[in-house]
Amino acid sequence: MSNYAVDVSLTVNGERVQKRVDARKTLVDFLRDDLFLTGSHVGCEHGVCGACTVRVDGEIVRGCLMLAAQCDGAKVETIEGLSDSGEIADLQAAFEQRNALQCGFCTPGMLAAAQDLLKRAKKVPSRDEIREHLSGNYCRCTGYHAIVDAVEAVAQGRAKGR
Amino acid sequence: MIPAQFDYHAPRSLDEAIALLRQHDGAKVLAGGQSLIPAMRFRLAQPEVLIDINGIKNLSGIAKKGKYIEVGALARHAQVEHSDVIAKHAPLIALAMPHIGHPAIRNRGTFGGSIAFADPAAELPACLLALGGEIDIAGPRGKRKVNADAFFKGLFETALRPQEMITAVRIPAADKTTRVGFAELARRHGDYAIVGLAASARGNAKGLADVRLAYFGVGNTPVRAKKAEAALAAGDVDAAVKALDLDPHDDVQATAKTKKHLAGVLLRRVAKQLMEARG
Repeated sequence: MSNYAVDVSLTVNGERVQKRVDARKTLVDFLRDDLFLTGSHVGCEHGVCGACTVRVDGEIVRGCLMLAAQCDGAKVETIEGLSDSGEIADLQAAFEQRNALQCGFCTPGMLAAAQDLLKRAKKVPSRDEIREHLSGNYCRCTGYHAIVDAVEAVAQGRAKGR
Repeated sequence: MIPAQFDYHAPRSLDEAIALLRQHDGAKVLAGGQSLIPAMRFRLAQPEVLIDINGIKNLSGIAKKGKYIEVGALARHAQVEHSDVIAKHAPLIALAMPHIGHPAIRNRGTFGGSIAFADPAAELPACLLALGGEIDIAGPRGKRKVNADAFFKGLFETALRPQEMITAVRIPAADKTTRVGFAELARRHGDYAIVGLAASARGNAKGLADVRLAYFGVGNTPVRAKKAEAALAAGDVDAAVKALDLDPHDDVQATAKTKKHLAGVLLRRVAKQLMEARG
């Protein structure tokens, strides 16, 4: 029997989802086209730009380089979930205050990657460490400086709060 | 682009995966997918059958076994990067890991996948060559081992036969005499190297012995610079740079001439790392 489509059962932003998906459908296309979660963006479609960054089982991944079929049993979190839960409210505010976005296309992925760094950092990361962690996310507007400023400010703010 | 249609299988055991490989000629094995899925999106790869091995248990361990470190084919780059066993016993791999892609890529990409794909500009194939590692392969006709020196055959071409897959990779555990060095030049951190060099040697009272210099990004496979190895073992860095027997091609990143020059720059940096005692 051929499996051109498979049944998947997963949670997306805490909600249980059961669907039949084309085996060749990528995670980000599934999120956008089937679940209408259009916060995850599709840029290069081959793993270079980072606009499709989402969390799967707590780890950031390229949504364009994983098949939806591979997410059976997984816990997927998108920018909608990260935003609604308040987990990244401080990062979002800092991005706005520091002009760390202009067109906003890269922002969902950028926020997910920045939060990944900050949530596992044991101390305030250096600017070089911030740049390195965000190296897989392209931004064509800001020149990155303001993004690093925003992430650094939040890192310092969270360290004070601890 | 959307990949061409394929028949998807997700075996739960190695035996099941091998049976599927035997049954479906020309099937592709999907591990981390960080190279295969882009290739499928560009339709450079259009497998009719895709065998997703991510559900197979016991293929992702990292452990010291006697004088070797064994890394399961499905060990993710991030897992290797943060492994205490790797930090302690495989210092060259530890040096190379942060250069592989970006955090989101390292969370999915696998050790075995990088070796099987054999991108000539990738870090791990060169590391394996520099360390004289060994690759464990399973297929319908049983299991076999291939040395790194015999594994990388040509552009994206390896000793893997159709219907075979990598199950683990073994590298000699470092001891007190082990010296390693690693350097690469890339336009953006995490991108494929313009030129890179992974090296290992033994340090003794006189200097270096058993020098292995494995360059990447300078040919169709990772390549050893054997004349430079001999010169470096004799203690002469200038002679080693002069003796660099590499034949890089022009590519989108740099001309052959530039690559050759950069190979010399990297050799000086790595020679310094090799000559400094460990710890």
